[in-house]
Amino acid sequence: MAEAGKNGQRRILEATGMTKRFSGLVAVDSLDFYIPEGAIASIIGPNGAGKTTFFNCITGFYQIDEGAILFEGARISGKTPDLITRAGISRTFQNIRLFNNMSAIENIMVGQEPHLRSSWIGAILGLPSTRREDDGCEDRARELLHFVGLEGKGDMLSKNLSYGDQRRLEIARALANRPKLVLLDEPTAGMNPRETIETTDFIRRLRDELGITVVLIEHDMRVVMEISEHITVLDYGRKIAEGLPRDIQTNLKVIEAYLGSGAAQSNTVTKPGI
Amino acid sequence: MNILASEASRRILRLGLLSGGFILFAGVIGMIAAFHEREVVDDFISLGQVLLLAAPFVTSYMAATQMLETGESPRMALAGGLVIGVLCALPTVILLLFNSDDYRYLLDTSLKLIPFVAASYLAWKSHAQGNETRQVAATWLIAALLIGIVSFGFALIFEVKGDLRGVLVNVDRDWVEVVTFDHRRELWTGIGLLLAASAGAGLAGVVMRILPDIPRRALLYGLGITLLVGAFGETVRLILQENLDRDTLREIFRRDTLRQNAAAMLFIISTLAGFLWAMFGGRAQSEFAALDDSRRQQVRNLGMLLFAALLLALPWLIGRTLSDVAVTIGIFVLMGLGLNIAIGLAGLLDLGYVTNYAVGAYILAVLTSIGPLGLFKGTFTFWMVIPIALLAAMFAGFIFAVPVLRMRGDYLAIATLGFGEIIGKLALSDWLKPLIGGAQGVQNIPKPFLFSTELKNPEQLYYIVLVASLVTLFVSIRLNNSRTGRQWMAIREDEDVATAIGIDTARAKLLAFTLSAATGGVAGAIFAAKVGTVFPNSFTVFISINVLSLIIVGGIASNPGIVVGAVVLIGMPELLREFSDFRFLMYGALLILMMINRPQGFIPSKLVMHEVHAGVKPKVSAGD
Repeated sequence: MAEAGKNGQRRILEATGMTKRFSGLVAVDSLDFYIPEGAIASIIGPNGAGKTTFFNCITGFYQIDEGAILFEGARISGKTPDLITRAGISRTFQNIRLFNNMSAIENIMVGQEPHLRSSWIGAILGLPSTRREDDGCEDRARELLHFVGLEGKGDMLSKNLSYGDQRRLEIARALANRPKLVLLDEPTAGMNPRETIETTDFIRRLRDELGITVVLIEHDMRVVMEISEHITVLDYGRKIAEGLPRDIQTNLKVIEAYLGSGAAQSNTVTKPGI
Repeated sequence: MNILASEASRRILRLGLLSGGFILFAGVIGMIAAFHEREVVDDFISLGQVLLLAAPFVTSYMAATQMLETGESPRMALAGGLVIGVLCALPTVILLLFNSDDYRYLLDTSLKLIPFVAASYLAWKSHAQGNETRQVAATWLIAALLIGIVSFGFALIFEVKGDLRGVLVNVDRDWVEVVTFDHRRELWTGIGLLLAASAGAGLAGVVMRILPDIPRRALLYGLGITLLVGAFGETVRLILQENLDRDTLREIFRRDTLRQNAAAMLFIISTLAGFLWAMFGGRAQSEFAALDDSRRQQVRNLGMLLFAALLLALPWLIGRTLSDVAVTIGIFVLMGLGLNIAIGLAGLLDLGYVTNYAVGAYILAVLTSIGPLGLFKGTFTFWMVIPIALLAAMFAGFIFAVPVLRMRGDYLAIATLGFGEIIGKLALSDWLKPLIGGAQGVQNIPKPFLFSTELKNPEQLYYIVLVASLVTLFVSIRLNNSRTGRQWMAIREDEDVATAIGIDTARAKLLAFTLSAATGGVAGAIFAAKVGTVFPNSFTVFISINVLSLIIVGGIASNPGIVVGAVVLIGMPELLREFSDFRFLMYGALLILMMINRPQGFIPSKLVMHEVHAGVKPKVSAGD
């Protein structure tokens, strides 16, 4: 169904009345939001605003208590994480969660799981179709390794990669699923300015070259303002603002949430890197 | 320098007393006397005496290594070795004195003195810490009272019983014979011998450490091989019996023990061989490493070929008795490979593996038995039932896996442990008695036939186990390098993320449990055909624990490790009857030692080696 958004864009992800409670604590409070298809969108908000919970609800890690989440018009709330991933949503984690004792290439190969068909019997018998799929799987993994700039490091155990490389590898694993939507949880966390710029460019390439809709949680306001086309601001589990970066920058509620009510007088978010 | 010396001497004291305590313990539980039954070299040294001397030898070797590393002089190390040797014997000497009729009063006196000495020591410590006189006095009084009560209790027990034997049943004539080197009547000569031998072993350990690398390695090889051949004399004789004539055999062995001449020859030959290996082994290895890939592969293939030939010819090389042991080891290798699919590949700690073993065994028993409980009285043959047993075990594995799919780690282990117990109880139950015979079990299971030959000897059954193990090995290697294997790895590493990237974890885990169960079922069926009778008693939790232990000792997820683990944990107690009495004690000790010194197992898989040695990477904070 995919209704038209404000700019005539289709909405790839949409939620209505999404609520998640943890025994009394309301982490996400009847949230309505949408992500335009083909956009680079950001979720921002102070610490504890419910951003990661929001991601966990979308990807099925948490079951929401009320409301509905639609992906490409089909309901995904209530489904298990593997089914949601199969529908075309991939994610990365705030604290990198690679399969540490698997090589980089194996991490990407196992990430292609939703597109693999071969069975264990085929593997035991060494059927040609299984071999073909395995080879294809490895070729595609090498391509992705190249795409994220890790060529030549495929056989290293992922835990032996540098921090920045691990972040890239996690993104490569997320891409292995050929997602339509990828959720990146603080992709530039812990990076130096140069790595941050590289990552920002890289996120653009995801959208421009692969046509993937990107949603990021990000604390670095420079990154957010530079690449986002759509921003949703959360505070205490509620949406307090939504729109284009320039609207958010001047939104009083946002400034209040970040800097306290006194700062709202100054009228702009001047301090980067909150 | 002074501090260093005192620290080193304290370490020596600690190591020596620890080792001495071990010898005392081994004596008190009857291990030394039991091991004495086995002569290592005829009329020269027994396994019990080896145990007695190995402790100071190994301890002082270790202590010397540490001392030399911290820059102590060799002379100091020698002195340390001497002290360790004496300390190793000391607790045993004291027990010997307490045990003898002439010096029993020593025990009484010391039991009475202990409260005073101990209390005074504590009071002195309290004083040294700067406490007031009143507190020191109170400490003394309370300690004297408390320790006195315990000590008095012991004194009372010994007085009532008359001697130590009443309390420590293994402190008997046999034990005294061993530790005094057969001088039970002349106690002081015996004690002197014990002290001298122990001190000598301690010194020898240090000397061995001080020797240059090459002769040391050569001597250690020689000593190790001679002791091993001597200890397993019976086994070695059985192997040689197949290939040598009687007279030659008689020159080497007196019954099952190595003769002195033969032992000396063996020692010289193996030392020489060790010397050659120490001299040129490194060069051979580096030359092998320098070969180009295809050549290296050729050498490896040749090695594999030789190994395959050895495996094929094994029963004819080792004879009937040992083939029987080989079949038992093989059944456990098979189970190890199967359980490794769940534990090593998918990371599912399954403690109820005996379930599948029992299912396989009972299915074969009931379907093929020609006894009263046989359902078909010989219509079904072994080969027809093997696939049925496999499927039945898979089904059982599947059924038991369903309720535990959502469990992880410790919870999974406990739940599966429970399932293992359930199977044992079911086998014993009245409910199933009409079908599987309760405590009597199922009897009269015929041996398998190959065409018209009955495979009744262990030499023949060996090939069934070999083929089954090779098939399992093949399957598990194929799976490990496949999509399924990667799914399992992902689940083992991080189950949440595995779900998040789209793996149907429930399905993958079910498959791991089911395939692992299939192997257990085949192992059970072969076991049933081998022994011909199936009792509930054969299917206790110890089967599960044995299989788990052999995987851990050999190295988790390492296929060669499983074979080594099975040979050590299953084969050794079968070959050395003296061991089997202390089987679980030695399992426990071995597992603890392995966990401390070599947690990755004897032959670690590459993966686990990384895991153990890499240590914990500092967690990078998420930058907020």
